[in-house]
Amino acid sequence: MSEASAPQSPWQTARITRIEKRTPRVTSFFFALSRPFAYRAGQHVDVRLTAPDGYQARRSYSIASAPESGATIELAIEKLDDGEVSPFFHEVAAVGDEIELRGPLGGHFVWSDSDGGPLLLVGGGSGVVPLMAMVRHRTLRKSAVPVALMFSVRVWDEVIFRDELISLDDRRDGFDLVLTLTREAAQRPSDYSRRIDTAMVMQAQARLPQPPALAFVCGSNAFVSAAAQALIDTGMSADIIRTERYGV
Amino acid sequence: MVTRGFSSGRKPPTETDARIPPGQYLEQGFPVLSAGPTPRVRTEDWSFTLKHGPRPIKKWNWAEFNALPLTKMTRDIHCVTAWTKFDTAWQGVLVDDILADAGIEAPTGFLLAHGYDGYTTNVPAKDLTTGKAMVALLYEGKPITADHGGPARLLVPHLYFWKSAKWLNGLQFTERDEPGFWELRGYHIYGDPWREQRYSGDP
Repeated sequence: MSEASAPQSPWQTARITRIEKRTPRVTSFFFALSRPFAYRAGQHVDVRLTAPDGYQARRSYSIASAPESGATIELAIEKLDDGEVSPFFHEVAAVGDEIELRGPLGGHFVWSDSDGGPLLLVGGGSGVVPLMAMVRHRTLRKSAVPVALMFSVRVWDEVIFRDELISLDDRRDGFDLVLTLTREAAQRPSDYSRRIDTAMVMQAQARLPQPPALAFVCGSNAFVSAAAQALIDTGMSADIIRTERYGV
Repeated sequence: MVTRGFSSGRKPPTETDARIPPGQYLEQGFPVLSAGPTPRVRTEDWSFTLKHGPRPIKKWNWAEFNALPLTKMTRDIHCVTAWTKFDTAWQGVLVDDILADAGIEAPTGFLLAHGYDGYTTNVPAKDLTTGKAMVALLYEGKPITADHGGPARLLVPHLYFWKSAKWLNGLQFTERDEPGFWELRGYHIYGDPWREQRYSGDP
């Protein structure tokens, strides 16, 4: 951590090995790292694109894969129409392309099995990505930490990682999925169709055997502001709530 | 390394290029980033404490602090998440004027800024004094919203914006450069955007 040390996470090239469409607007890109690194669930990488004239654009993307999944990392990238980097990935990038990235980055919005729980995860849209890394980490570690994931999207077809999340939910092994669709009727009996509010948070918490020891909230700024307030309004201490916001 | 198929269509025009540090892009909005929920601090409950180590030097309430000389500062700001915003207009109290009101000169070379949310960030004293930084109270002429760090936030525009601590409630002189919240979590100890000092160990 000292200033004199080498960069903690130098730029490296990573090759795209697989591209998988998750929803109409979110596609996963799998990168084989040339310099594999250890990371924690919730961390992100910076990606840098370089034009022939030297112009560079960089953005941060959360890692969706679990640390246990080896030297290939998954980034689930939402296409932003007025974006610069995400349209490149959605429209241009292909398997075999080499992309520059550096990581792992971020040391706050992170969770490991050894940190314990119970855990309340709250994601809006592509804000679920770092939370997915935590859920997958828990699964691969065969962790007994109780986890409830509240995931808010507009419509059923925008539920990123939907099949995987529902199959994890069906295991009844201490992971609970609470979906809420803000512009469509709920599809499962236990789900909701409204924005996350205090009553919904209380019901999600009730699915955990004890009150959460830590909560992670990720999404747009508007989503995180509202959801974090809903958590606080249940009486949860702000000290145990970690947030990550993106967008304007 | 040139990225296949990526073109510089969004490259800023040359007249603004010189104002955008390496790796940054120009943002018209004002994104909000923070590590936790937004504290709602009422001005009647607000206070600001200047400390040297554990020892308080002077404490101001909202009215007392607002009675200090107000200075306008319009600056470009640069967030480590790669956005740069031009010409943000602030008013507040220069750190120089806070020290003058407390009747001291910087007793050490380093400070820690403290927020109501428990956030801390370290800044060398030379980067906070001689007109370089203020405790901002107004943004574009209006009270700073809670999202953006109101009632009062630090403004150190020449460093990455995580140094401009939100919900500020104190400045503390320290004997040595003590890493703050993000500096302990992988971010650069100093954070000069023009040298692209984003993460610890960046030159």
